[in-house]
Amino acid sequence: MNFDPRYSARNFASVGTRPIRPDGVDKVTGRARYGADFNMAGQLVGRVLRSPHAHARIAKIDISKAEKLAGVKAVITAADLPDLTDGDAAMYDVLDNCMARTKALYDGHAVAAVAAIDARTARQALKLIEIEYELLPHVTDVDEAAKHTAPLINDAIFTEGLEEKPVKPSNVTKRSQFGHGDVHQGFGHADFIVERSFKTEQTHQGYIEPHACVANFSSDGTADLWVCTQGHFVYRQHCAQLLGMEASKLRVTSSEIGGGFGGKTHVWAEPVALALSRKAGRPVKLVMTRDEVFRASGPTSATSIDVKIGARKDGTITAAEATLRYSCGPYAGSWAEIGAMTAFACYKLDNVKTVGYEVLVNRPKTAAYRAPSAPMAAFAVESAVDELAKKIGMDPVDFRIKNAAQEGTRSSYGPVYGPIGIGPTLEAVKSHPHMKAPLGPNQGRGMACGFWFNFGGQTCTDLNIGMDGSVSLAVGTVDVGGSRASLSLVAAEELGIDYSQVKAIVADTSSLGYNDMTDGSRGTFSSSMATISAARNAIKILRERAAQMWDIAVDDVVWEKGHAIAKGEKHGNLGKLSLKEIAVESGKTGGPIAGHSELVADGAGVSFATHICDIEVDPDTGAARVIRYTVVQDAGKAVHPTYVEGQYQGGAAQGIGWALNEEYIYGKDGRLQNAGFLDYRIPVCSDLPMIDTQILEIPNPNHPYGVRGVGETSIVPPLAAIANAVSNAAGVRMTHIPMSPPRILAAIEAARA
Amino acid sequence: MAGVAVSTTINGDAVEYLCQPDETLLDVLRDRLGLTGAKEGCGTGDCGACSIILDDRLVCSCLVLGAEAEGRRVETIEGMAHGDTLHPLQQKFLEHAALQCGICTPGFLIAAKDLLAKNPDPTEEEIRFGLAGNLCRCTGYDKIVRAVQDAAIVMKGA
Amino acid sequence: MRYIRPLSIEDAVGQLAGSAGTAAILAGGSDLLVRMKGGFAEPELIVDIKAIDGLSEIRETAEGFSIGAAVPCAVLGENTALRKAWPGVVEAAKLIGSKQVQGRCTIVGNLCNASPAADSVPALVAAGAKAVVVGPAGRRTIPVQSVPTAPGKTSLAKGEIIEAILLDSQAPRSGDAYLRFIPRTEMDIAVVSAGVNLTLDEHGVVKSARVALGAVAATVLLVEEAAEVLIGSKLDEATLERLAKVCAGACRPIDDKRGTIEFRRKVAGVLAKRAATTAYARAGGK
Repeated sequence: MNFDPRYSARNFASVGTRPIRPDGVDKVTGRARYGADFNMAGQLVGRVLRSPHAHARIAKIDISKAEKLAGVKAVITAADLPDLTDGDAAMYDVLDNCMARTKALYDGHAVAAVAAIDARTARQALKLIEIEYELLPHVTDVDEAAKHTAPLINDAIFTEGLEEKPVKPSNVTKRSQFGHGDVHQGFGHADFIVERSFKTEQTHQGYIEPHACVANFSSDGTADLWVCTQGHFVYRQHCAQLLGMEASKLRVTSSEIGGGFGGKTHVWAEPVALALSRKAGRPVKLVMTRDEVFRASGPTSATSIDVKIGARKDGTITAAEATLRYSCGPYAGSWAEIGAMTAFACYKLDNVKTVGYEVLVNRPKTAAYRAPSAPMAAFAVESAVDELAKKIGMDPVDFRIKNAAQEGTRSSYGPVYGPIGIGPTLEAVKSHPHMKAPLGPNQGRGMACGFWFNFGGQTCTDLNIGMDGSVSLAVGTVDVGGSRASLSLVAAEELGIDYSQVKAIVADTSSLGYNDMTDGSRGTFSSSMATISAARNAIKILRERAAQMWDIAVDDVVWEKGHAIAKGEKHGNLGKLSLKEIAVESGKTGGPIAGHSELVADGAGVSFATHICDIEVDPDTGAARVIRYTVVQDAGKAVHPTYVEGQYQGGAAQGIGWALNEEYIYGKDGRLQNAGFLDYRIPVCSDLPMIDTQILEIPNPNHPYGVRGVGETSIVPPLAAIANAVSNAAGVRMTHIPMSPPRILAAIEAARA
Repeated sequence: MAGVAVSTTINGDAVEYLCQPDETLLDVLRDRLGLTGAKEGCGTGDCGACSIILDDRLVCSCLVLGAEAEGRRVETIEGMAHGDTLHPLQQKFLEHAALQCGICTPGFLIAAKDLLAKNPDPTEEEIRFGLAGNLCRCTGYDKIVRAVQDAAIVMKGA
Repeated sequence: MRYIRPLSIEDAVGQLAGSAGTAAILAGGSDLLVRMKGGFAEPELIVDIKAIDGLSEIRETAEGFSIGAAVPCAVLGENTALRKAWPGVVEAAKLIGSKQVQGRCTIVGNLCNASPAADSVPALVAAGAKAVVVGPAGRRTIPVQSVPTAPGKTSLAKGEIIEAILLDSQAPRSGDAYLRFIPRTEMDIAVVSAGVNLTLDEHGVVKSARVALGAVAATVLLVEEAAEVLIGSKLDEATLERLAKVCAGACRPIDDKRGTIEFRRKVAGVLAKRAATTAYARAGGK
């Protein structure tokens, strides 16, 4: 049956309510099992040896002493993970990142691994591995790396996307460009122009659960992997490819996941654990330390961005331009490209041009981090927008409202928008009491807007109806923050039954068809669509069974509020059959009743948010404190509003940490100096105020209930909102994120001088 | 390396185990006793995910040796509910959606229990500073603070 | 590796002195276990001193207070008399780590870890605290500031243990205060810190003063020139400005992941001013 994903207005019974999540009790009693909470009989402890050097050729690795240590069951190097990527450059990079092949490319790069009977033996074995490094010059700063004089990280890389094919290799892997109109002409019509350069430091997703897995490779060539991941199907594909397996021979079970935010979308240690298990012939548990998490997994890009925006006296933006340089770690990426797409997405512009440059540096491979690349671009653009509004003498909200994109606007990255939420979030902010609240001394208020695309993608769900009328929902998108509750609500809504009758689980890779990862804010959007589709397929069968039970034509049976109802006067005596009554008889009417869905969820509606922030700055120390924060964001339709609020608050908190204190700090030796929670300062409870939220619901036309993704957009505005607030509080324009106390104090002192 | 024989009390039950002299209580709980409710987020006392109560003191079990538990009382998340009945903090965490991924939740619940035991009527600021040793990366703390406030009201009434 | 829990200080000293390899004293463990986790310490002997009689107690003596080496910082905060006499010292001790760490960490451990950024040390130095050292050669009492000699290094000899920290009874019309700067509101190591202890005369004029700065040199700095600025004053604006200038000038800071030289200099002066103002008010000055 064809599934119609189009939105139609309806009165919801379950969707929009706030029940307790189905996985909740296990999580408050300590019973929920995360990556490191799973064990197998006879399992070994896996540990990884990492390069202490930022850039070095691996001249020799001698593992013989380690192999001889009593209790060591396997030692592996790149030789145990041969290159099976068959010309797939991106997968080759994944392989090389999992285990360095010829060069160590950053402090923390894996170079060997051991499996031993216990942690102590494994640690001792690592010390017995002898490696000869030939040190190479390194570069960790994005601007330094982009220079022609910088040490080359990969001499086989020539910049793509240039008009003339370059003759020399470069750390700049790619140039990308977006926009329309003629910015040169546009700036000519401007009465005011703001032009500034900005910099943001590298941050980590900072999930509290380190990467963890248990790999069990069997002698028959099949394997099981238990792992905390945002996408077990993707992990299966990547691991199978890197280990030379058929995908179906590798069953991946996603554990409960202790945070990911994009950082658990890439395989790191999992292929290593599988290779260790294959070599040792025993299960291997591999859990990263916090130090390893920081040094060797997931950070976002450091950036350097130039912005120029011009406007007429009446507040109309005439042209906008940005050049964005994003660090990728030592492997090619498309991070600046995404930044270039998102930079001006909030605005209706006749003349806009953005250019992105991807830059290699000797730092860990850049991974997605919640609306990847967008917060940095928004920081630069929204700071300049604020400054421009000031120059013109306009209220910053009014200035943005005047230039906001709307339905029919051609976006700065190409597509024409449908119904969107930027205007409504700005109007909501304009009339929000927060905007009128008085400010004290040394306090300032800032606001900023943010955009994220949202993704859909491949999705598969199974909905099985038990003989007792209860419903099991098996989904393949990992639940990172309550989606089992949302999807249960959607199943209950569609079937017309109570939420408590639905139990949702995340199925393993052998039990369900392929699903894309939980990324791009797609979890609830795409799996709710597949759940609706599966439920509708089940309803079709329920109607058939009811028709059979009544011995009438199926076309005479409709499904309403959880019941089959015979329509038409001739069936007036038939009453109705509940889902349970039909299920009880299913063994006699044709067997189990289930609905399945396999689809590509298209049309994830774009998402916009506007944030307001009050900051107090201590002018003597440069300390900045958030004293009030408000998030206004479009959710399309909030399926479980409490968890939608949670996404808004969590994204804002991460953005606040990024704006004020979080950063990777490298020494001159190219080593990461703050690979721990003590000195990588994510916000603690006493750092933050309550974070107020306002959910707007502008239905997404491409989803039956109007749902849009909500997970990522909330991290996009905070950097700029806080920078604007600091600027208003301290009277200095901050252009370098994080705005740590030394940076704010230095700016205040410079302004005083 | 000689193992250390330890007799201790965990969640009211007498427990004996043998551990290595440098083995943390967190590793003993998780790897030897199967009590995986306490989590290792950092292993250096910076995240609070491994919080337990040791003789009425809130501590990070990653910063306690297994050998040190000799003769002492250990309370973990596994002992917080009474059978089927959740502790009011557990119930309020669920009602307020004070957890998203849930990895920090056991540590927060133990820390909040200790906080309310010492200060049954805390202000928002006292809650925030009292829970500052527990990192949460998902919630922005808003709903956690509200859940603790709500639980405090329920517990005072009880 | 061995773990022992001696019952007497003599036994502990004997075990430490007689150990062939590296030995570590375990009280709260909040530094030791972190170093072990990171592979920076692999002691062959761990001597847990918490079972030693008297080491887990705060005693009020004729001279003042004796704080046992195994007393967790949280317990300092629960001692009303100590909090009343030395609020600055107690505040400093209560700033170390989180509530969880507070339940374990000790001021002696904080001192012997010999970090230039240790929170309790500037407050103890300002307070004129002394350390009772027990070793194979017997007992001796030394000023707290002579314990750390360089980052991670102390003046203690093999087999020596600090048994207790001694604080005098606070003189009349006296007050102490400790402030540190951290980028967050909790859970950080001091970027710069200042401890001030003042005694006033009957007219509210500063009679004696001690000013100590943390995290601005290899060890805590007792800035005598800063004390001289305060003595004879009623902490008027000009005095405070001079105090800030002297403190900034006394710093010998470094640039590191936690702060810059310029930042530390400037903020050392700001914190000294603020701590002095609080100490003055606590001493009854107006």
